[in-house]
Amino acid sequence: MKPDRQLLSGNSAIALAALHAGVALGTGYPGTPSTEILEYFSKIGGKAQWSPNEKVALEVGIGVAYGGARSLVTMKHVGLNVAADPLFSAAYTGVVGALVIVSADDPGMASSQNEQDNRRYAVAAGIPMLEPSDSQEAYDFTLAAIEISECWKIPVMLRVTTRVCHTQAVVRPRATVVPSPAPHFEHDLRGRNLIPPNARPAHRRLRQKLAEIDPWNEASPYNQVIPGSPKLGIITSGVCYMHAREAAPEASFLKLGLTHPLPMKKIAAFVKSMDRCVVIEENDPYLADAIRAQGLKVESKPGMFRFGELNVNRVQRILANNTTAEPTRPPGKPPELCEGCSHRVVFQALHNLDCIVAGDIGCYALGVLPPFSAMDCCVCMGSSLGIGLGLRHVLPPAEAKRVVSVIGDSTFVHSGMTGLAEMVYNPPSTGHVVILLDNGTTAMTGHQEHPGTGRTLEHAQTGKVVYEDLARAMGIKDVQVVALGKDSAEFEQLIKDSLASEKLVFIVARRPCILVAKYIREYEKCATKLEVCPQ
Amino acid sequence: MKTINVTLAGLGGQGVIKASDVLSDAAFRAGFDVKKSEIHGMSQRGGSVSSDVRFGRAVLSPMVTPGEADILVVLAEDQIEVNRTQLRPGGILITPDMIDAARLLNRKSLNIALLGILSRHVDITLDSWLAAIQACFPEKLLISNRQAFEAGRQIPVN
Repeated sequence: MKPDRQLLSGNSAIALAALHAGVALGTGYPGTPSTEILEYFSKIGGKAQWSPNEKVALEVGIGVAYGGARSLVTMKHVGLNVAADPLFSAAYTGVVGALVIVSADDPGMASSQNEQDNRRYAVAAGIPMLEPSDSQEAYDFTLAAIEISECWKIPVMLRVTTRVCHTQAVVRPRATVVPSPAPHFEHDLRGRNLIPPNARPAHRRLRQKLAEIDPWNEASPYNQVIPGSPKLGIITSGVCYMHAREAAPEASFLKLGLTHPLPMKKIAAFVKSMDRCVVIEENDPYLADAIRAQGLKVESKPGMFRFGELNVNRVQRILANNTTAEPTRPPGKPPELCEGCSHRVVFQALHNLDCIVAGDIGCYALGVLPPFSAMDCCVCMGSSLGIGLGLRHVLPPAEAKRVVSVIGDSTFVHSGMTGLAEMVYNPPSTGHVVILLDNGTTAMTGHQEHPGTGRTLEHAQTGKVVYEDLARAMGIKDVQVVALGKDSAEFEQLIKDSLASEKLVFIVARRPCILVAKYIREYEKCATKLEVCPQ
Repeated sequence: MKTINVTLAGLGGQGVIKASDVLSDAAFRAGFDVKKSEIHGMSQRGGSVSSDVRFGRAVLSPMVTPGEADILVVLAEDQIEVNRTQLRPGGILITPDMIDAARLLNRKSLNIALLGILSRHVDITLDSWLAAIQACFPEKLLISNRQAFEAGRQIPVN
């Protein structure tokens, strides 16, 4: 086995490139399919931190880049919705050290609430975007993103998808990498204070950078023509290239790697040299719309292929314009709350009481499935509080009094605290009940630490956010802390009493996730002995 | 050489992903181009899990096209029908009943025992397999997994 050859997932390849490029700090919030990037970065010697949410992660990353160091910020696609505010402004201010934002999209929604196409964000914010198609390119394009970011002093998006993140493939790391700069601070009051008189020229500077990147990208090595038959030309990017190459090996390909700003001259020349030209892409017709807007004649996929992932077979169908019903795989066994999971106790109680449950994002979203069927909505991180309050405000009292918000510990720190402020500030006349499911970990994404566990990404002891103290400090008078047992009757009574009180009640329902309870005990033991924890 | 398509399937917690780690690592060590792809996330909570491993001279798509798996390994009896459409006509189906679980040092090593059966159908050297097992398991699980692999490998190919 050659030592220069490694079998790596796309996520690990991104982390390895970040390490080789001297990224000073990696930040992010766990989210499938992005989570393993920071975990692996930390494992191989990089400095990585979980932030409470993606917005904070990006803001920390902006600070790192303002300080002249290299920064990697990772998140799943919906995380970028949370981080969109700093993203758009960082595009205006620009950066000194590299700022690379990894957006891990999830076409087909393997574990997400939507299949939004974050390529739109690169356009909307006005930042360059790279789309790797496999682990090797995940490695190469991460290095490229760092170079581009520092060359034009602009944040860069690395847009990956589930099949790039979670596919292991062979990677040959680059022998030499750019040395990392020494961090230092230089004042740039006009450049980074986006008050209107500064923001107006900042917007012009951003457009000027993109106008410079545009001709550079026309000749960049990231967009490749793979010659084949002139009868069929395929324009594609990301993992779709792999499917398409296999589906139509005889075709000519324009494989786009740097997909914002698009190399339109190169695209036009390719389109004009082909008898027939088809755009193969997952999710939105982002490439097809942009190319057609130039007056170029390309075929886009039929509407049915906007849904779900593509694969070789689906690409063959697109090329054949075959819109007949696709074969469906027999349904497998759905996931369920683990045997012995503390969430079971809570959802049994909510089911028995026929509560109206505003739920949230996490393992406990499985409370919607039988036998509990005890979750009425699950929209986005932290939404349980606001939605529960909204329902309370308008429903007739008999119904309003049954409304409960249920949120996990990591999700609460992510974006539940502002909902709690709303509850204190605009209390419904029937009161409200919030149940914080504290299992001591970010369970859904594979058991990451968060500010409420008091342990860092590497499970070392650090400062800890204590929910009950926080709730009291925010003005909730009735704060209950319950150690969940195996039986739901006692907890059911507590919910019943809390609902009947018509006050604001914050219940912390505590019991460690059974999958990690053992490890949590070990981490805690290490902390008291001041030993280094086993990983 | 033609790309070999393998799909491994079962339920969360059975070691489907671990088995695909070992297979892909063994193929990698044997010098092949390899791609291994699966869906993480919700499937970890006891639901159906499947993982695709493709290896050969140059592998493009990371996913096995439905109906084109050369080998389908299923770890749970009740997942066989769910995944059968993945197999190509004439493909090899490897199922848990092919192994007498009582013969395994550790019943949890069923995944590696089934890889032992698979190993007789692919062109990966025994050295590569053993090195992959060594790399994928902690020291204390090596003996039981090596034994399971050997138990599967000894089953005659019919």
